[in-house]
Amino acid sequence: MMKDPFGGMLLNIAFRLLVPFSLVYAVYVLILGESSPGGGFQAGVVMGFGIILARLILGEDAKIFNVRIETSLVLAGCGTFIYALAGWLTLVGGGKFLDYSFLPVSMEATHELHALGILMIETGVTICVMMTILNIMDAVVRRSED
Amino acid sequence: MRGFVITVLALLTGLFCSSVLFLPVIGDPDSAPNQHISPVYISQSELDTGSPNIVTGTLADYRGFDTMWETTVMYLSGLTAVLILSKSTMGRRPEKEDDYE
Repeated sequence: MMKDPFGGMLLNIAFRLLVPFSLVYAVYVLILGESSPGGGFQAGVVMGFGIILARLILGEDAKIFNVRIETSLVLAGCGTFIYALAGWLTLVGGGKFLDYSFLPVSMEATHELHALGILMIETGVTICVMMTILNIMDAVVRRSED
Repeated sequence: MRGFVITVLALLTGLFCSSVLFLPVIGDPDSAPNQHISPVYISQSELDTGSPNIVTGTLADYRGFDTMWETTVMYLSGLTAVLILSKSTMGRRPEKEDDYE
C-alpha cells in the first residue's frame, strides 16, 4: 500500500483523464489483439500502468486500485489457471490440448471457436501480467516503507 | 582448478564463436527456417486459426502450449520477487553474528 500520495492538484485532475483512458485502451488492445497488433501481454502491461499510476497519484485514497498483495498473488495464479482451463476445456470437448476447434460450445463456424479460445487465453495472460506487475511494485513499496 | 575452468570456458567460447561462421545469411530464402514451417504458417494461418493476425495465430494457437508456460514463468517470477523482497523470515537461514568476522 502506498501511504503518501505523489503530486498535488494538477496530478489529481490529470488522473481523471489518464487512468480511465489507459484502462479502456487496455481492454481495446486485449479484444482487438486477435485481428490487429496487440494481445494479452501488451494489454496487461497497459492495465498495470493505469493501476500503478492511480496508486502513485492517489496513495491510500485510491480505494479499489489498492489491491492487497495477497489478493494480487492469488489473482495472478488465477490468470494462469484460466489459460490452462482453456486447454482442459478442449480436452473435455474431445480434442487435443489447446485445440480450440473442440471447445465444448455450440458454434457453427470453426474459426469463431478459435477466436473464442484465443480471447479466453489472452484474458488469462492479461490478468497474470497485470497482477504480476502489481506484485513486484507492492513488494518493493512494502520493503521501503518498513 | 581455476586454470582448468578458464581453459574450458575459453575453449567453449571459441567453439560457439566459430559456429557463427556456419549460420545462414540473414534473409536467405534457402535457409532451413524459411523453407520448413514458415511458409506453412504464413499461408495457412488465417484458415487454421481464423485470425487475420499471423503473430496472434502463431502465438496463441500453433504455439499455445509454449505461451502457457511463458505465462507460468511470469507468474513464478512475480511470486519469487515477492518472496525475496518480503520481510518474512520464514525459511531464511538464521543469521549469526560470527559470520561477519
